[in-house]
Amino acid sequence: MKRISINPVTRLEGHGIVEIFLDEDGKVANAYFQVPELRGFEQFCVGRQAEEMPVITNRICGVCPEAHHLASTKALDELFAVDPPPAAKKVRELFNMAFYVTDHTTHFYALGGPDFILGPEAPPAERNILGVVRRVGLEAGQQVIACRARNHEVIRMLGGRSIHPVAGLPGGWSKPVSEEERRQIEAEARKNIDFALFTLKVFDTVVLGNPAYLELVTSDLYHHATYYMGTVDGDNCLNLYDGLIRVVDPEGREFARYPASQYREYIAEHVEPWTYLKFPYLKKLGWQGFRDGASSGVYCATPLSRLNVSDGLSTPRAQEEFERFYFTFGRRKVDGRYPPVHHRLATHWARLIELLYAAERMLELATDPEITSPDVRRIPERIQGVGIGSVEAPRGTLTHHYESDQRGVLQAVNLIVGTTNNYAAMSMSIRRAAEKLINGTQVVEEGLLNRIEMALRLYDPCLSCATHSLPGTMPLVVNLRDSQGRLLRSLRREG
Amino acid sequence: MAEKPKLSIYWASSCGGCEIAVVNLHEKILEVDRSFDLVFCPCLLDTKKSDVEALPEGSLALTLFNGAIRTAENEEMAHLLRRKSRLLVAFGSCAAEGCIPALSNLHSKEDHFRRVYREGPSTVNPAGVVPAPLTRVPEGELRLPALFKRVKRLEDAVEVDYTIPGCPPESHQIWNVVSAVISGAPLPPQGSVLGAGHSTVCEECRRQKDNKKITRLRRSYELIPEGNSCLLEQGLLCMGVATRDGCGALCPQVNMPCTGCYGPPEGARDQGAQMAAALASVLDLGGYRGLSEEETARRADAVLEAIPDYAGAFYKYSLAGSVLRGGRP
Repeated sequence: MKRISINPVTRLEGHGIVEIFLDEDGKVANAYFQVPELRGFEQFCVGRQAEEMPVITNRICGVCPEAHHLASTKALDELFAVDPPPAAKKVRELFNMAFYVTDHTTHFYALGGPDFILGPEAPPAERNILGVVRRVGLEAGQQVIACRARNHEVIRMLGGRSIHPVAGLPGGWSKPVSEEERRQIEAEARKNIDFALFTLKVFDTVVLGNPAYLELVTSDLYHHATYYMGTVDGDNCLNLYDGLIRVVDPEGREFARYPASQYREYIAEHVEPWTYLKFPYLKKLGWQGFRDGASSGVYCATPLSRLNVSDGLSTPRAQEEFERFYFTFGRRKVDGRYPPVHHRLATHWARLIELLYAAERMLELATDPEITSPDVRRIPERIQGVGIGSVEAPRGTLTHHYESDQRGVLQAVNLIVGTTNNYAAMSMSIRRAAEKLINGTQVVEEGLLNRIEMALRLYDPCLSCATHSLPGTMPLVVNLRDSQGRLLRSLRREG
Repeated sequence: MAEKPKLSIYWASSCGGCEIAVVNLHEKILEVDRSFDLVFCPCLLDTKKSDVEALPEGSLALTLFNGAIRTAENEEMAHLLRRKSRLLVAFGSCAAEGCIPALSNLHSKEDHFRRVYREGPSTVNPAGVVPAPLTRVPEGELRLPALFKRVKRLEDAVEVDYTIPGCPPESHQIWNVVSAVISGAPLPPQGSVLGAGHSTVCEECRRQKDNKKITRLRRSYELIPEGNSCLLEQGLLCMGVATRDGCGALCPQVNMPCTGCYGPPEGARDQGAQMAAALASVLDLGGYRGLSEEETARRADAVLEAIPDYAGAFYKYSLAGSVLRGGRP
């Protein structure tokens, strides 16, 4: 049998791999997105002392350790059956808001934004943060650096370290906020609001003001009508630290609303033999493969998803942007809420609306009279043995689930990380991009790579959680095969 | 203008935190850019592995290599960058000592697979499917790379010139090293640890040590530390006494014990053994003179009851390089 050997694969470990198969007419038969590494936290955390988990699970991802730290700490509250004092919850949320500001800023200017600011057809060598600075000006570049610096300083102040923080404990937070620190954080929050408004203006000018980009955003290239997931407060407004997990259907109707502790009733995970990462789906609908629509269990958990599940945002300027967002996409309220936007490239705009919300919420918390309360810890009195905690990580709903013995030694650990939620949806976006761009064996090579990368980047995939790459810079291999499995082309990007 | 020295920053099996620590040089990153020609850095640049292969041997002035060695590709990149670099630095805890992911060495690959793919509480997998090196799908074949059985350090794969410890290294320490290289000052002997002190975290800790003995250990959730006295002397298992200084003793400042991420102090090879020795000298077993051996052991066990997981407590970061090695060779 004639089969061209696929030797390159042996040299591709640690890379994201996309395999595209063509049928006899040269049309796309299928596309597979493989994640080729497992780091195994769910196994090697067994035997560890439960209270060590906020520090251990930080190391799942150096990009979003704050999210793991918080989800872990919340799981411990439940495992140790202890309700933290109100001030501790507020300090944790404040910490999360500083993290959101720096993380969303990094994504927009350094990782995902260059696609828009410079355009998808720009040469890869220019599609980076330096290219962005050239386009929007050096002063803006300095503002980005300053924004990251001041928020990492707040993260250090509150969490002990600016990367891999340590302050989370069952029952609270290890250190109260002093008045001096509070004043500094308040000042930084005000700067963050100005910066978020400035960034939205950049988006307005560069993307919304450009008919070609707007057409790309609203085209059906990355349009998937799936279910959406996110965390909401009692008024069904976005909350990034705590609340109920809400799922809406593709029409925007509420499908589920549940506390994280019940996640197993709503979420299940599917295993494929050709990838190390599992595919979460809505359990009640079942795994029906890589399909969108109301009958498929595929859902999405991203900034766009979070807006789609929210009836509104609780801070004033972010709410104005929220209204403008849905208005721009022609959505009008049905039963008191906007129907979902399914255009996946709109995720970049949604991320900036969250940036503004996080900055405004940071100011609210920094000026809350209770934020400097010394009462930030409660000592647990018993070990309940099961703890499930979730927060909204920038890349999706993050769930930690621990089970321990009576000494608080872990017996089982389950993690559903932000990016993983979107694995099926990302796979579908890649296939959609391939279908639209490949016809026969005529392939626009660079265009294909760019647009497949764009399909991934809009999800801001943090595959550190599963592999070892930074979001949006994932090394990528795209193999194109004919109906006999022969390799037609292999396109590579090292990262 | 003279050609700038070439710098590369590479990740193997890592979390990305070491890159964020570099980015957190903030405005100084522009100075790094002025002093070095950053030729290879998958995080920031689009240069490819083939571009590195094309460089003459030894043409990279400095490579900061972070991440552990877990796959054949990690190992191949370590060899490639060793050949091309005049200075190869094990950058951060994963490259230096395996770090937290090396706790994986305590478990077999089969256990990992069973737990993750068959027994995960949210996993629905009645057919018992697990990832396989080769899968036939209707359209053809799909291959997956195999994982090594052990997580290895960089020095287990290639010769390393220097180590910068920390999980991740603190940004001010990265700057100390990078600015020293920029200044052209002579570097310490090969094999030295850079960007850290020569003593222990206690040396730079602001908490007060009173040389108090402890009668029992407490777990972090059981105790709200009082005042400004030493956390170990309050009964918390603070690893500061068995950990290299250089971070600024950050964790004790927010009332949390050091967990040891800067690795063993100068001269100590095994961090866990160092900690056990330190603990022995601080434990008060209640006047053991005249006690039987069994009674002494019983009292020590009672004190140590608060550490049900020795490996995770004493070797959280250093298992891959410890005398224990973490299971299979």
